[in-house]
Amino acid sequence: MMEAEGDLLEVSMGPHHPSTHGVFRMDVALDGEKVVRLKPVFGYLHRNHEKLGEDHSYLASMPYTDRLDYICSLTNNWAYALAVEKLAGQAVPERAEYLRVITAELTRVQNHALSVGFLLQDMGASGTPLMYGFREREKILDLFEALTGSRMMCNYMRFGGCRVDATPEWLDAARKVVRDLPGFVDEYEALICTNEILMARTQGVGILRPELAVSAGVTGPMLRASGVNYDIRKVDRYGIYDRFNFKVPLGDHCDVYDRFMIRLLELRESIKILEQALKDIPGGPVMDPKAKIRNFRPKAGEAYGRIEAPKGELGFYLISDGGPNPYRYRVRPPSFVNLTILEDMCLGHNVADVVLILGSVDIVLGEVDR
Amino acid sequence: MAVDEGLKIELGKQGVFVTTLQELYNWGRRSSVWPMNFGLACCAIEMIATTMARYDMARFGAEVFRPSPRQADMMIISGTVTKKMAPQVVRLYNQMAEPRYVIAMGACAISGGPFKQGYNVLKGIDRYIPVDIHIPGCPPRPEALLEAFMALQKKIDAQHLTGEDRPRHLDAEAQGLFPVPGQGEHDLEPAANKSVWTVPVVIR
Amino acid sequence: MKTVEEIKAAIEAAVPGAGVEIVSNPGPSAQHSLLIAPESAVAVATFLRDHAELALDFLSNVTGVDWPDKEIAEKVKVTRTVTKTVEGVEQSAEETVEETRKRVEPGYLEVVYHFYSMAKKHGPVVLRMRTANRTDKVQLPSMTPVWRSAEFQEREVFDLFGVEFTGHPDLRRILMWDGFKDHPMRRDYVEPDDYDYEPTAHDEVLKKAQAHQAALAGQKGAGE
Repeated sequence: MMEAEGDLLEVSMGPHHPSTHGVFRMDVALDGEKVVRLKPVFGYLHRNHEKLGEDHSYLASMPYTDRLDYICSLTNNWAYALAVEKLAGQAVPERAEYLRVITAELTRVQNHALSVGFLLQDMGASGTPLMYGFREREKILDLFEALTGSRMMCNYMRFGGCRVDATPEWLDAARKVVRDLPGFVDEYEALICTNEILMARTQGVGILRPELAVSAGVTGPMLRASGVNYDIRKVDRYGIYDRFNFKVPLGDHCDVYDRFMIRLLELRESIKILEQALKDIPGGPVMDPKAKIRNFRPKAGEAYGRIEAPKGELGFYLISDGGPNPYRYRVRPPSFVNLTILEDMCLGHNVADVVLILGSVDIVLGEVDR
Repeated sequence: MAVDEGLKIELGKQGVFVTTLQELYNWGRRSSVWPMNFGLACCAIEMIATTMARYDMARFGAEVFRPSPRQADMMIISGTVTKKMAPQVVRLYNQMAEPRYVIAMGACAISGGPFKQGYNVLKGIDRYIPVDIHIPGCPPRPEALLEAFMALQKKIDAQHLTGEDRPRHLDAEAQGLFPVPGQGEHDLEPAANKSVWTVPVVIR
Repeated sequence: MKTVEEIKAAIEAAVPGAGVEIVSNPGPSAQHSLLIAPESAVAVATFLRDHAELALDFLSNVTGVDWPDKEIAEKVKVTRTVTKTVEGVEQSAEETVEETRKRVEPGYLEVVYHFYSMAKKHGPVVLRMRTANRTDKVQLPSMTPVWRSAEFQEREVFDLFGVEFTGHPDLRRILMWDGFKDHPMRRDYVEPDDYDYEPTAHDEVLKKAQAHQAALAGQKGAGE
């Protein structure tokens, strides 16, 4: 695996490596401990999502979207449903919009809880912080299972609404989980945020300047940690996000610590949205009565729909030729594009910091390689 | 030599414990099966959830995830094996020391699962390496992984140390290295290891 | 935000000789796009990024699309002179017949770019570029020097579709391995014949499995 090249040491990190978040590989060239070159190598989980999307009907691709970013299946569902609804000009009833916001924000909470846990795990805080994250996640997964029938692969949204309605008991259970969440964030912050090792290892590490972040198409918490105010929930106001009162946290040091903190702050904002949505949710149908399930053939045309997924901008680009299957089915994955500047962030740092910087990008390989 | 169960219990009451070397040996092995720290796809998240507080895989002596294949006893193939990844999986399996076990976790590891018709997806890891336990599901719940783990323990318990069916590590003749497939211009070469996998007969 | 017509006019005013065409989108999303000529693409891209009002600083999505050669059968009314023998006398008369003519519309590879503006918070603006054909003239200019986010996405289009981006700093395969020869996202990609074991085959897969079995039986028959 290792080979000396002049004075540089070439190390292949991955695809099996305990810190690389799945089957991701980096070809790193080291001068002593310092990184002088870093090339990511992809494709170890390339599951031909786009090709399969062209071979399946519009609806049959919905379960496949669950497996893109397999931690956040519900936001993937939403992005795909949104793109198809744009393509077909399909409206969504109000209660379904609320349910979409509730499930998407719960997804964001559990994703961020996990991602900070994994980041600390990579730093060497073996076990405990991740276990805290997973403890909260299990509560949310119980809700998902009660609503959709599956813990991870929810396959919940349909073009023109949601598959099943939430019972009043489910909403009560969700309210209870949401009521307990701020306590978890408080506890987590008290335990971790001022930890000396965390601050020493993450502050000033992996700086990403806002100009480069914008040019490289970085989105999501990473972009906002670099101080660029761009949250698609605010910009596009898709769904019903204009009805909720929430803030967009921004960082100003552009380093790993900011990216870590942004996720914790976003957790709090998501809890705020959840509280409002669970309070205001109206009655009514969860599917548009005019929505077509069988023999769904949108008119020829194309549409690009995007949402603010927990990891960044998740977009679907669909071209229809009037047939039952999309002519072209493209996923714009946030994790993949966010990795563009991985080398820029790692240059000049120690090899041990590479693991941290990668952890702060928060990638999921199912989405990177598709 | 098998000991009469009744006699064993009776002796146990008197403070005398009788066992066979085989039982002791298998008990030791099955109680500390260390998995390799190796996740492939979606199922890996459920595998991690299994080791966390709620499902607590530590109860079965399998919480010690080893980053190196040299120190691991068991490989959980947790997710889709792509054709780009398959050579690495076989190589990692070759690097593990005997006795070693493989759990194919989830539909993808068994057969390719929902992604089966993809050009870069291997239709089941058992085309290249022997698999001990298959768990269906997409992804299987943590309970299913625990069930698979208990099935593996039963399998270890039932192994004989001598005779024709003795495990590979006690058989000096047994082949331990499995050929690593090459990446060709269109597909993996060969498409399957014929000594491990034969095409099952499909009755239609 | 400006409409596509206004953007087209602005581009044509600023970049002389830029061949810009509007590709209208008949669907309800009404996301119309601009087809730009590859020769002036980088100049157009730089103009759009640096334009004070448009400020398209964020290249979100790069997509490859394959449009294979299309055989178009159309009915044409043809008037021709026919010689007929009427009552033993040859007469020439004109008659109109419908004739089906086939022509092949050459295919091309298309790359679609979706732009947004982070500064002005608007979008999307959709640009398209087309290659001359699908076989040897598949070069298009790379957008990577203008927007870094194109870097990996263009590599992906190169890998899966076979579009060669000139000016790309590091054009290698990204998802498939280096020795791989095909471009699997093209419509005419032939996947490896791997249908020896299909326990629950149906539809397309059943056909492929049966073809595989027939080929296998043929091989055996030839060998004996």
